[in-house]
Amino acid sequence: MQLFTLLMGLALATALWSGVQAINSEARASYGAAAAQVAQGQSDQIVARADESMSVADYIALRRLGWLVTPQIEHRLEMDGETVRLLGIEPLTAPNLPGSFDMQTLPMDQFFSQSGFALVSEDSTKVIEALDWGFEIAPNLAAGTAISDIGSIAMLAERGDTLDRLIVLGNNAQDPAMLEDIAPHLKYLNASSGNDDIARLTDSFHLNLTAFGLLSFAVGLFIVYGAIGLAFEQRRTMFRTLRALGVSLRLLITLLLAELLIFATLAGLFGIMLGYLIAATLLPDVAATLRGLYGAEVAGTLQIRASWWMSGLGMAIGGTLIASIGTFLRLARLPLMEAGTPQAWAQASQKVMIYLGLLGCILLGVAAVLSTLASSLVQGFVLLGCLLIGAAFLLPLTLDRCLALLERITKRALPQWFWSDTRSQVPGLSMALMALLLAIATNVGVSTMVSSFRLTFTGWLDQRLVSELYVTLDTAEQAGDMRRLLADDVTAFLPIVSAKIELGGQPAEVYGVTDHSTYRDHWPLLEAADNVWDRLQEPENALINEQFALRSELAVGDRVEGAQRQTIVGVYSDYGNPAPQMIIGMEAFAMLYPNIEPMRFGLRVAPENIARVSKVLRKDLGLPPDAMVNQARIKALSLGIFEQTFTVTGALNILTLSVAGFSIMMSLLTLAQMRLPQLAPIWALGVTRAQLGRLELIRSVVLAAVVTCLAVPLGLALSWVLLAVVNVAAFGWQLPMFLFPKSYLVLSAIALLAAIIAAAWPAQRLARIAPHQLLQVFSGGR
Amino acid sequence: MILNAQDIHKGYETADLRTDVLRGVSLALEAGQSLALMGESGSGKSTLLHLIAGLDVPDRGEIAVDSQVMSHPNDTKRAELRRQLVGIIFQQFNLIPSLRIDSNIAFQAHLAGRYDADWCAKLATRMGLSAHLEKYPEALSGGQQQRVAIARALAAKPALILADEPTGNLDEETAQTVLTLLLEITRETNTALLMVTHSATHASALDQQLTLRSGKIA
Repeated sequence: MQLFTLLMGLALATALWSGVQAINSEARASYGAAAAQVAQGQSDQIVARADESMSVADYIALRRLGWLVTPQIEHRLEMDGETVRLLGIEPLTAPNLPGSFDMQTLPMDQFFSQSGFALVSEDSTKVIEALDWGFEIAPNLAAGTAISDIGSIAMLAERGDTLDRLIVLGNNAQDPAMLEDIAPHLKYLNASSGNDDIARLTDSFHLNLTAFGLLSFAVGLFIVYGAIGLAFEQRRTMFRTLRALGVSLRLLITLLLAELLIFATLAGLFGIMLGYLIAATLLPDVAATLRGLYGAEVAGTLQIRASWWMSGLGMAIGGTLIASIGTFLRLARLPLMEAGTPQAWAQASQKVMIYLGLLGCILLGVAAVLSTLASSLVQGFVLLGCLLIGAAFLLPLTLDRCLALLERITKRALPQWFWSDTRSQVPGLSMALMALLLAIATNVGVSTMVSSFRLTFTGWLDQRLVSELYVTLDTAEQAGDMRRLLADDVTAFLPIVSAKIELGGQPAEVYGVTDHSTYRDHWPLLEAADNVWDRLQEPENALINEQFALRSELAVGDRVEGAQRQTIVGVYSDYGNPAPQMIIGMEAFAMLYPNIEPMRFGLRVAPENIARVSKVLRKDLGLPPDAMVNQARIKALSLGIFEQTFTVTGALNILTLSVAGFSIMMSLLTLAQMRLPQLAPIWALGVTRAQLGRLELIRSVVLAAVVTCLAVPLGLALSWVLLAVVNVAAFGWQLPMFLFPKSYLVLSAIALLAAIIAAAWPAQRLARIAPHQLLQVFSGGR
Repeated sequence: MILNAQDIHKGYETADLRTDVLRGVSLALEAGQSLALMGESGSGKSTLLHLIAGLDVPDRGEIAVDSQVMSHPNDTKRAELRRQLVGIIFQQFNLIPSLRIDSNIAFQAHLAGRYDADWCAKLATRMGLSAHLEKYPEALSGGQQQRVAIARALAAKPALILADEPTGNLDEETAQTVLTLLLEITRETNTALLMVTHSATHASALDQQLTLRSGKIA
């Protein structure tokens, strides 16, 4: 039984950890491949300044001046709902492609062929085939990507000789500062200030998953710790006999260590296989979530990567060694002549329980202090650690005190014995109960965070996406025609214009908005001056987004150097956007950027007229269907994405609770044998085996219920830390916290069900135990 | 008649062996009488005691305590009768470690629905336990623990006390004290006593003596 507990505990812990790691490493590898595409993202870049463009002539001029740069353009091609990112490169000057494709071995004749040729990712072949181009699959290309000659793509996209960027090669010796003089319309971007939106955004998702994986592993380690401790106590007599017969302590420890390492390796390997299955099951949902939410392409299939299975095995072995330290210390101090009983362990645990309780109080005190001071990611995680470990350490003592109180106020014999006996079992069950506490708290915390995010985000969408229809025109001239054609159906045409600027030294965007009730009534302002919308129409005032305000410690009334020197009159929430952003009045925008004409519009239309307006835009203005976006469709899409996120967190919830349930079951089964000396007299005095079995079941439910009652507030505290501390430190925006009592009730019911299922087998075994097994207790000394 | 056991047979089977522990044992005991059951190890003394207590059922024969059938096949029924009719004292005391001494003494009386606080207090005084009532069993000596076990058995005012080598774990002096107390109180309360013992000296202090040999009354 101990062996099974140890192996399964370790295997489950490793499975959850390595499963999550597999998902993370697969997703990260996908972004990595995308970012590393022809060194983009790793190298410095030259791009056009706002309102300017860069052409082939700029490229030639820079090359002639000795700048080692290579041009790139990008074009997105959509077909049957699938989007492929076409990257145009100039192969003679481009650095090597990632993976197996060496530029020296590139089939140049095909690459330059008139009929078109592309290197494609496995999932992009259909779109390229439809172009009637030749292609070759490049296995390490990011999902949804194709690479072709820059000329072919320029022709396909009908974009003349404009370029998107020049990648600066590693051996370029020219001084970036010189660019200002050579080509003032271009700007130099360092790799570090490059566009890493995807990485930052998806880190939010991975952070959740990693936290889940780590907590699941911790839950598993509690099982392993308990199993090793109980196994030691059951073999204590044998160890003493071996020592008495002359086996040295060093030899004994070496043998036990070797035994543990073999078990850890076996369980670790089994856990990695289980983890692979978990990851393979969950990855398609994760991929869909990341693709939809952040536009990050993740292949939906799993590859076996050395990084995660090595980390899984390392965690299994390392975790086992950490969990066994206490046991080896006890073995080293084992007195040769002391008569040992299994209860000795439980009695010793009483002292440990008090020490742990005191340590738990100290850790919770540290957490309380940190909750008011923490401002960095590291401090946020220290706060999380102190909170969770402190609460777990304090749990056994809390339960002990509660049960002592119940014992005191109970007068009837059997209930009084029940409470006192339950109390005496707390040390033996403490590891499993701590695991349950952490599992429930994690579930409450993470689901509160995700649900708060969903509620906030959908509420925010409702505020930001007020216009019923969003239209992108082909030419600025079409705006007049649109206004004329739709004058009767559309109550307002709200232009959406933006320009690239720098805010706080970072690339940013400035938007111009017209003075309209749509903004006055709906725009999500977190902080605002009086008459904010009136004041926004004055050129010297601006709104900024929350992340810029938090990062640069700006508030209403402060002045900021944006499109020009402006006073902040409001701060708005801007979830999902890691970059700084600013909003100014439309008049000010037109004055500052006279060359930018509105091409995108939000149309306020009565819902019943949307179809007619779309038809006019399609037929009379000749706009393609994808130039019109129905607000309802965007919202439905966003909700769909969140449902997928929930699928993943929901599955992990169940897995974590299952591990905790398994932990309880194993502890109960192990304790059942050790508890016969306490149960047999009760049976002999007239309590039936069936009654004892029922009491075992009730005991588990009572303990699980108390743990759940403590876990819910702990989970809410965890959620608060994630939303108000970790999220702000990591991503720059704070999310409001919402409570979901109904889901906590459901979760509590699931936890109780897990406890009932976990206790059912040990309880049934006790209810059906043969009388002679109980009678052996009374003849133990003979 | 308080105890009437007729033609009791009991055997145990292992994978390839059947061992007949009791082979047609009969005995009887009146209220207030005491009987010492002796015999070598493995002769079936404890098995017989367990059958009388209703902790197990005989393969054949019938046991009645206070005219109630203790060899009833229903576990719940036997537990009920055990609670009401029998007090058991074990060699290893088998007190409930998580309960205080006063709760240990009162435990079976509460279960039987016959808790009498005055009677429990009297028993505690007679057993010299008054100063220890708020302690837990682990804080008491072996002799004290056995006196708690005796008090617990008597607190429910059972018809029959079954004692399985109650002095086996005690030194001679303590054993004599415990035995004297047990006999005094069972006589005073007119309770029947069946005691398994290896000691002929202790056995001689009881009204009757029986010896079991190879599963039969010798």
